[in-house]
Amino acid sequence: MTDNRTDKYKKVAYYPGCALEGTGHAYNRSTKEVGKALGLELEDVKNWNCCGAMEVKNIDPKVQTYLSSRVMSQAVNEMGHSVVMAPCNGCYHNLKKAEYDLKNDETSRQVVDRISAKAGHKTYKAGEIETIHALDWIKHGIGEEGLKSRVKKSLKGMKVANYYGCMYTRPRHIFPEKDKGAGSESTSKPHFMDDLLAAAGAANVDFPLKTACCGGAHTLSDSDMSTKLVLNILKAAEASGANVIATECPTCHSGLEMHQIRAEKKFGVKTNVKILYFTQLLGMALGLSPKKVGVHENMSDSFDLLQQQGLA
Amino acid sequence: MAIHEKHLIRPENIKSHDKLVMDGIDISGHWSTFIETRVVKDYNEDLQEEISALPGGENVHRCWQCGSCTNACTVNAINPDFNPRYWIYLIRMGMEEELLRDKEIIWQCVSCNKCTYACPRDVAPEGVMKATSHWLELKGHTKPSPSTIFDDVFSSQVINTGKIEDGLVVRNFFKRTGQSLNQPWLVEMVKRMMAHLPVTMLMKLGLSTVLRPRTQNWGGARDAINEYVAEQDAHHRKALGLESLVEMAKQEAAVPFKHAAE
Repeated sequence: MTDNRTDKYKKVAYYPGCALEGTGHAYNRSTKEVGKALGLELEDVKNWNCCGAMEVKNIDPKVQTYLSSRVMSQAVNEMGHSVVMAPCNGCYHNLKKAEYDLKNDETSRQVVDRISAKAGHKTYKAGEIETIHALDWIKHGIGEEGLKSRVKKSLKGMKVANYYGCMYTRPRHIFPEKDKGAGSESTSKPHFMDDLLAAAGAANVDFPLKTACCGGAHTLSDSDMSTKLVLNILKAAEASGANVIATECPTCHSGLEMHQIRAEKKFGVKTNVKILYFTQLLGMALGLSPKKVGVHENMSDSFDLLQQQGLA
Repeated sequence: MAIHEKHLIRPENIKSHDKLVMDGIDISGHWSTFIETRVVKDYNEDLQEEISALPGGENVHRCWQCGSCTNACTVNAINPDFNPRYWIYLIRMGMEEELLRDKEIIWQCVSCNKCTYACPRDVAPEGVMKATSHWLELKGHTKPSPSTIFDDVFSSQVINTGKIEDGLVVRNFFKRTGQSLNQPWLVEMVKRMMAHLPVTMLMKLGLSTVLRPRTQNWGGARDAINEYVAEQDAHHRKALGLESLVEMAKQEAAVPFKHAAE
């Protein structure tokens, strides 16, 4: 795969998804700002729809496949793109899953074909577009060296626990490009976010719960379970010496923020570790103000820490 | 002891005596502990077929009981009774009564997919958990779980408009589960959320609850999805033998009506 991606990722279709227009707005803002600062161009997928998130598959998995396929169909057939970038783990995962199912399962192809025809748009066919995450986009579109040369304010005082969550690496079979040795992402020990933040000067801590689950699927329907799972993550990050957790998924991010507050208010367990999107950290390293990357939109108030570190 | 005989050593199934003499020998203490002889007669021979007929359960027959799923399970680490390997075994054995003992917790699977990642046989245990939760609800063994209600609230919004507005999903979910929005942690959360936001941003957030986001020209997709979901629902009910039950109930209900008419 080496490496026409530097050119290929210069301009990609952008699929923000529902969360980035609501609770994950800071992620949307910071992703766009980082893209601008790095000279990577994003073009919104026209008239997109929800990918199905974690919920629609429980009503019917093939409806989820259809929903995700329509997003890809829009990017291909309405805009002529060959790469679509989704910063949200849920969206990224679902598009990848749809790609896998459409490639390997005849029933999925039939259902998608049937609904697409009735909905009045072209059926998406496997292989027409490449789905990437915001991490792939920066890692391959710019790379660590390119990033280093653009850093204006080093993140050197930031002790970061990189948290990737579930949907970025599991299940393995929907990510055929991962676990391919040097240079590729690992599904058991993902490192793209670590690599990028390290290039921006951050001190990454050895964090054992990179791919632990935050209980995001049941954040409201089984809140006590989610609070317990989130507390594991927050406490492990603090025990690893982190002063901030970097996230790359709006559901994980809002889950961590929400249950940090819930743990404090409901169970009297207070944790102090801050939570920031990796794009917010990268943006500040590139010289953007905290406001520009939406730090004021986070529930987790990190201004004191940022001031201490000379980032705000 | 085979895993499906686990229930035999539950406290309520163990017979012990403080003082026991047999054939003139005092066997009081540990020696007096017995498991009663039993006949297992409550098999549901169709259980595996029924679970396989629901989305996610298709590969349950592939399991060879290595236990990787339970070993990897996020929820099992918090609640040891949450045991996917054991439930898959019961499903394959047809031990419905034993499975029903855990009916109130099976829905708690958080879909982290650690089991599916670890499974060497492509059983996709996460799917089996979802299929089993649906089976419990379709058969009337449990009420719709909070998770099912959330899926429902969320999915109907997606199917109707193509997009979701997270504030509306939350409000509808709390309404349908009868929970108050006035909980200290929620209030605190909203306070912190608002703390640094400029007024224009707040107005924009407020506006999105009025002008709900939606995908343009979505009607065709909505109708096609609804039609497909209804079809699938009918398939599932048929596979679980629920259609004949409904027919029987209808006929029974029709009888007294006839009498009354005469």
